[in-house]
Parts: sequence; C-alpha cells; structure tokens
Amino acid sequence: MTTETQAPTHVALSIRNLSAYYSRFRALKDVTFDIPRNKVTALIGPSGCGKSTLLRCFNRMNELVPGARVEGGVMFNTENIYGPNVDPTVVRYRIGMVFQKPNPFPKSIFENVAFGLRINGYRGDVAEQVERSLRSAALWDDVKDRLHDSGQAMSGGQQQRLCIARALAVEPEIILMDEPASALDPIATLEIETLMRDLIQEYTVVVVTHNMQQAARVSDETAFLNMDEDRAGYLVEHGDTTQIFTNPKHERTEAYITGRFG
Amino acid sequence: MQRHTSTRAGLDSELINVQNDLLMLGSMVEKAIDKAVDALRLRDLAASEQVVKDDDHIDSKRFSIEERCIDLIARQQPVASDLRHIVTMLHIAVELERIGDYAEGIGKISLMMGEQPPLKPLIDIPRMAELGTGMLRRALDALVNRDEEAALGVCNADDEVDQLYDQVYRELLLMMIQDPKSIERATYLLWAAHDLERVADRATNVAERVMFMTTGKLTEINVSRY
Repeated sequence: MTTETQAPTHVALSIRNLSAYYSRFRALKDVTFDIPRNKVTALIGPSGCGKSTLLRCFNRMNELVPGARVEGGVMFNTENIYGPNVDPTVVRYRIGMVFQKPNPFPKSIFENVAFGLRINGYRGDVAEQVERSLRSAALWDDVKDRLHDSGQAMSGGQQQRLCIARALAVEPEIILMDEPASALDPIATLEIETLMRDLIQEYTVVVVTHNMQQAARVSDETAFLNMDEDRAGYLVEHGDTTQIFTNPKHERTEAYITGRFG
Repeated sequence: MQRHTSTRAGLDSELINVQNDLLMLGSMVEKAIDKAVDALRLRDLAASEQVVKDDDHIDSKRFSIEERCIDLIARQQPVASDLRHIVTMLHIAVELERIGDYAEGIGKISLMMGEQPPLKPLIDIPRMAELGTGMLRRALDALVNRDEEAALGVCNADDEVDQLYDQVYRELLLMMIQDPKSIERATYLLWAAHDLERVADRATNVAERVMFMTTGKLTEINVSRY
C-alpha cells in the first residue's frame, strides 16, 4: 500500500461509516470517528458490544473469521485499508496487534521477536532490530542475558511485553491491544500500562479494555460502544477521556461507566 | 468503619447518607449564625459563649463528611455524576464549616463587646444574617433537587447582601465620625457585618458547586464586591 500522507497528521486512523458482519449478523453499525496519532485511545463497552470486532477491523484481522465482511472504510494515511489494491498482510505489519492472552511462539525470546523480520525478508541487522524492539517494550534489561531461552518460560507480564516487542519489530505505526492486561496480575498490569504511555512517543495505541479504571488511567481519548436492540454494536460517544469520565454527554455512557448497567 | 458499598445500590445509598449528613451540617451552621446574631443583638453573653463552643461539633461533622467522601473515592473509584456529586459534597462541607467559623467569629465579637452598652438597635445586621442563611438554605435545596436554575438564583441574591453591607458600613462610619468614643463598638459591629457578608459569599460558592454537579462546568457566577 502507498503511504503518501495528506490527511491531518494528528489523525492515525479515520473510521468512516464502518459496519461489520459475521455472515448475516451485523456486529457493528455505522461507526465513524478518528483515532488520534501518538495517543492512547481506549474502546470500552459492555460484553458483546463489538469493541473487539471494531479493533480487529482496524487491521483487517476480522477477515480471518469465515463469513466476516465490512462496509464503510478505515482510512490509514489517506488510503482505505479495505481498498481493492491493499494487501491485508501489509496492513497487519503497519498496524500490529497484541492479544489478551500472551501468545509467544514456542521459540526462543530472540526468535519470537525476529519472527516477523525473517518471514518479511528483512534486509537490515536482525539482532539490532530485535534489541531495539525489546528495549521499546521495556524488556531488554530483563532478557538480554538469556535471549536464547524459550519465550514461553517467562512470567505472564514478560510474555506480554515479548508479544509487544514482536509487534514492534516490523515497525508498525499503530499497535492494537485487545485486553492486553486482563490475564496479568496488578503489578504486570501497571507495567503494561506504563509501557503504553511510553509507546505513544513513537506509535499510536488503541486498547480494548473491560477495566474502566484502566481506560481512565491510560488513555487520552475514549470511545464508548453499546449494543443496540438488534445486538449490533454502535458508537455512543467518543471524546477526551477526562470528559468521558467526569462529564459524559450521553446518558448511556454515564449509566455504563458508573455501573448502572452493563 | 465497614459500610456495604460494594454494590451500585450500596454506593447510591451511601451518597444519599453523606448528602443527608451534609444537609445536617448546613442546618447546624444556619442555626449557629442565627444564634450568634441573636446573642449579639440581645447582648446575651452566655449564648455567645455557647456559639463559640458549639463550633467544635461543626468542625467534627465536616471531618466526618470528608472522611466518608475520601472513603468512597478510594473504594469506589467514582466517575461521571458520582464523582461530581462527591467532589461537590467535599467542597460544600468546607464552605459550610467556614460559615460555622463566621458564627464563631460573631460569638467572639460579642464576647469582646462584653458589658458595654449597645451602640444602636441592630436591624440591618440581623437582616443580613437572614438573607445569607436563606441563600444557604436555597443552595442546599438546589443540591437535593439538582436544580441548576435555583442555584443560579442564589448567586444572584448576593447583591442584596452587598448593598446591606454598604449601608451598615456607611452608617457605622458616620457614627464613628460623629462620636469617636463609639469607634471601638462600631468597629466590632463592622466586623460582624463583614462576617455576614462573607456568609452570603460562601452560600454563593455552595450554589456554584451545585451548578458544577449538575452541568460539569466550573464557573464563578457572581463575584462579590467584597
């Protein structure tokens, strides 16, 4: 895909009238908002509201589900990632993803991070890139003396940071995180949250979380999704995180974040 | 202290309980102002002394409200209207406690005047107290009813108290010019009038906090001339 940018430089992704379907079921309807560059954006909402679906639409990961399709668009550097000439594999390098459960490959720490580089035919210095990625994921000091140990023999928090390093190795612009800390203890959770704040110096982070305090702590902007009567998810409200958590505009947002429903 | 606030219903009921305590505090300071001004007017030194002593109850009530608000923040991580409600109550508790201090101050002024004969019958000063406590009552009603309009009305009522203060000030100044022997007693009354002018300002602050709670906007509605 091409990367010439004319879009406002503060916007990383422009979601335009995005609807997502799984076969006949409409999981998301008509979502429109912008994800700001070099910020953390949190997607919150009750279970089943489509926030993980939305996140997966941001790098065409949703297509891996049979029967899945989308309408509308996601503009990334002026180009719709759903455009006819766009290679979804390239999209997924430029917009990486980290999942709820840390999923390191059954390989060494080094090879986990080098994986994307190798299948990509990376022409630079792999070792250097692995080190840079591990440093960006705040993991280098922990693992530099045991790079050839198994990636699966680490603590949960370290495994998650390894998965983040693996995503960073292919130099994405955006990191999508789907409940990245929900399988971690409070200390490891704080480490991941701190890392998110560090990452936005170079990257844009979008995080799905069930933990409202986490969204309030870690994000700059928050999007609240809710499920309609037909079970399709829709965007209720998107705005500055402080505004959402102190004075939300919509009653549904208020009711959800104060625990009156959901 | 163990409170059952772990559910949404628990939080709701604790918010109401704290608010009821706040209303209780409001009623305590209102009575304190009334009593302080009555004692000043009637030269009832025993009553003035009682007002000074009773301020301790007001202080401890304020701390108890603050502690419960802090407990809710720590344990419930409130957001949105819950957060604004709690922050509003914290602020109002401080404003009320300060109004209590003005009552105590008027009590002390009365004790300082001691057995000296009254300079003049007090009319405007009790009227200022009546207006100020009325504003306070309406501001607290606005809190209960989440009534932005009523809160705005309280802010606008402050001008009348300011005008009365002007009047008292000029009158006392004139007495001091005419009879320098009256200076000490006139100054005491001027302090009392100033305290009451501040009561109305604090009532305005309470109303502004109610407006924050209902609208989410922090605004200074009516800047007092004093």
